Amino acid sequence: MSPVNLAETPLRSRVSIEQVGGERAFRRRLMELGLVPGTSVEVTRVAPLGDPLELLVRGCSLSIRRAEASEVTVKALANGQ
Amino acid sequence: MTAAAESGTASSASAPSAAPELPLVLLFGNPNVGKTTLFNRLSGQNARVGNYPGITVERRVATVKLRARGDDAEPRGSADRFDLCDVPGAYSLTARSAEEQIAISCALGLNGNPRPRAAVVVVDAGQLIRNLYLVLQLVELEVPLVIALNMIDEAGENPPSAEAISKLFGVPCVATNGRAGEGTEELRRAIAQAIETAPRGRVDVDYPTALEDDVTRVLGALPEDWRSGDERRDRALALWALASIDEDDELSDIDPELRRVCVQVRADAGERDIDFEVIAKRYAFLDEKAPSLSKNADPHPPKPKTSEQVDRVLLHPLFGFVVFIGLMLVVFQSLFAWANPAITLIEQLVTWLQSLAQATLPAGFVADLVSQGIIGGVGNVIVFLPQILLLFLFIGLLEDSGYMARVAYLMDRIMKSLGLHGRAFVPMLSGFACAVPAIMATRTMERQRDRLLTMMVVPLMTCSARLPVYSLIIAALYPPTDVFGWIPVQGLLLVAMYLFSTTITLLAAAVLGRTAIRGRRIPLILELPPYRMPRFGSTLRMMWERSTVFLREAGTVILVCTVLLWGLLSFPKPPETGSSPPAQTAGEVAPASGAVAEKTAIEHSYGGRLGKFIEPGIAPLGFDWKIGVGMIGAFAAREVFVSTMAIVYGLGEVDDEAVPLREQIRAETKADGRPVYTPLVGLSLMVFFALACQCMSTLAVVRRETKSWRWPAFMFAYMTTLAYVASLAVFQIGSLLGF
Repeated sequence: MSPVNLAETPLRSRVSIEQVGGERAFRRRLMELGLVPGTSVEVTRVAPLGDPLELLVRGCSLSIRRAEASEVTVKALANGQ
Repeated sequence: MTAAAESGTASSASAPSAAPELPLVLLFGNPNVGKTTLFNRLSGQNARVGNYPGITVERRVATVKLRARGDDAEPRGSADRFDLCDVPGAYSLTARSAEEQIAISCALGLNGNPRPRAAVVVVDAGQLIRNLYLVLQLVELEVPLVIALNMIDEAGENPPSAEAISKLFGVPCVATNGRAGEGTEELRRAIAQAIETAPRGRVDVDYPTALEDDVTRVLGALPEDWRSGDERRDRALALWALASIDEDDELSDIDPELRRVCVQVRADAGERDIDFEVIAKRYAFLDEKAPSLSKNADPHPPKPKTSEQVDRVLLHPLFGFVVFIGLMLVVFQSLFAWANPAITLIEQLVTWLQSLAQATLPAGFVADLVSQGIIGGVGNVIVFLPQILLLFLFIGLLEDSGYMARVAYLMDRIMKSLGLHGRAFVPMLSGFACAVPAIMATRTMERQRDRLLTMMVVPLMTCSARLPVYSLIIAALYPPTDVFGWIPVQGLLLVAMYLFSTTITLLAAAVLGRTAIRGRRIPLILELPPYRMPRFGSTLRMMWERSTVFLREAGTVILVCTVLLWGLLSFPKPPETGSSPPAQTAGEVAPASGAVAEKTAIEHSYGGRLGKFIEPGIAPLGFDWKIGVGMIGAFAAREVFVSTMAIVYGLGEVDDEAVPLREQIRAETKADGRPVYTPLVGLSLMVFFALACQCMSTLAVVRRETKSWRWPAFMFAYMTTLAYVASLAVFQIGSLLGF
């Protein structure tokens, strides 16, 4: 079972970004932070109240909300689980 | 929309003016890369705070010597100093809002900004590729550049090579460690060199041909004052326009024709994704070069170990909130209670100076003006300093350590549902102590809309200045009995007032956020920076800068208002009756006159007349003209209501307990013999004080932070209306129900 988007990605499993969707300024900023197709990303934590998520990308911890994370499509890495 | 709407008006408002024009050097960098520390290292002690033209974002400017003392080796030509100017931290030059647009406008000297001679871009060595994205944009735009490869100490065993980075972009690169001060002199020398030689680098990102054609089309629409004549630089600016401009962006001063062409080109692109082409190609370029810049080019490095361990506790579902609540309690308690000794000391000092002035100056107008107006006014200003200093001490430590971002992360769910930014939590909490420092603290939010919304609702929180008013009313009008045998009525009422104000604040945020201060809902992207040891040096510097800005800009307004209010309540003087002393003189106790009908000095004053004038307006709220005068006096600060009421009743000075005043309040009767103050009038009065904007200092500081009278005027209008309507409802419905 391969995760479809970042909101459904299990915690602590590395996936690869396929496409960033969403409103223009948001997806532009997310891509500019290095979330371009092929980049590895990991959901490292969920905030205590269930939202937002903490991501690890290129050694940097970023936080985005579930609603937007569901617009980032990902695929399992070839050497993943 | 607000930021864009306001920009472009006050263009040259507070541009720093040095008599001989010094070369301007800008400081760029992503957030959390140690830009401020490097700025402080370079500038020494002489940073000034000013505003960006047309926008309420502040910048720090410092005049820096080109050579360190004793370094006379290389003689220089014209200038031996330069102006270093901080640009707000940004991940990219691409912009959607007027705030984000500052970076490009500064870099190229567009929209009324001076053209820089050189720029320094601070790069976090531990986050190299993401930071080089910004460098790449500046190089494409041919800004004369020096790269400061900072935080080299955090980059691990194989730090990136400054030489390799310098070679890749064709501009100088200096390794620095701002925290330890290493590399500062080398950086200063590189800046001196760059001012002379203007090193413009070059990168060749392999953009698709179709995109290059799009850029050519946009280039044709670039307005004259945006062109430089240099083909590469103009094409880079056209690419910026294509990547930033939308039909509904919030940028300022964009040529309509340029906007039209950009929108058209994007429409014509059809299936092609222009944003993606630009960004992905830039990252492809950087990722390809990464191995040559650093031996440690792991594409997925782990989170720094210490940060991960600390986050396991601080973001833990249970312990995380325990620590969070504990920390916030400390912040709250310090503002609410620990600042008190200093505040009391200031108040005592002011009282002492006032009596000194009364004693030394000949009695009369001048003595009253000096003691009541001027010394009192200065006192009204500096009394805020303890809380401002304390709050910015905490904010400095929370920001510097990286915890403030975690506050936003932890609270986002709750704050989002209220339409507020996660970072609004600390200002809102501070509002329980005092709105003035709380409003100043809103600057931890980047977006003008988020700052405004928080500023507009914070004064509804029950601040400590309302407490003396509530205690007076509750103690005077409600019996010290218990309900259900064990809940004290008086305590219950006070708790109810806190709950009431908090509920109204949150409701106001929800309503204003959807109406007057509506903003496009911006998805959260929050960086959780690695934890770092906070530095007291820069926190102290921030406390100092914030305090001086407050004293200089808000302080003058508060001082002038104090003098005006004093005049309003002191003039004209009653006709001389021989022995009666001026009722307002501090330290003098007027004898409590049994004859209430006797006219006091205040009744004779403009303030008294104003109170009578508004009486028909406030009578439906249950208030008489004397309460009206108290409300006017309370505009200086809410707790002044207590002393003004004492003066109105001819009681002179009152102590903290205000026992004579309580008795007077209970004894006051109307012409027909019924009491003026019923518990219902008390409740109506408390509701009014909870909601009304009875605080000139709050208005002064909002004006300072928004750089216009529009928002303080709006705040005053909406809060006063709200207060009036609520008190009216309480009194009228209460009366109907027979209370």
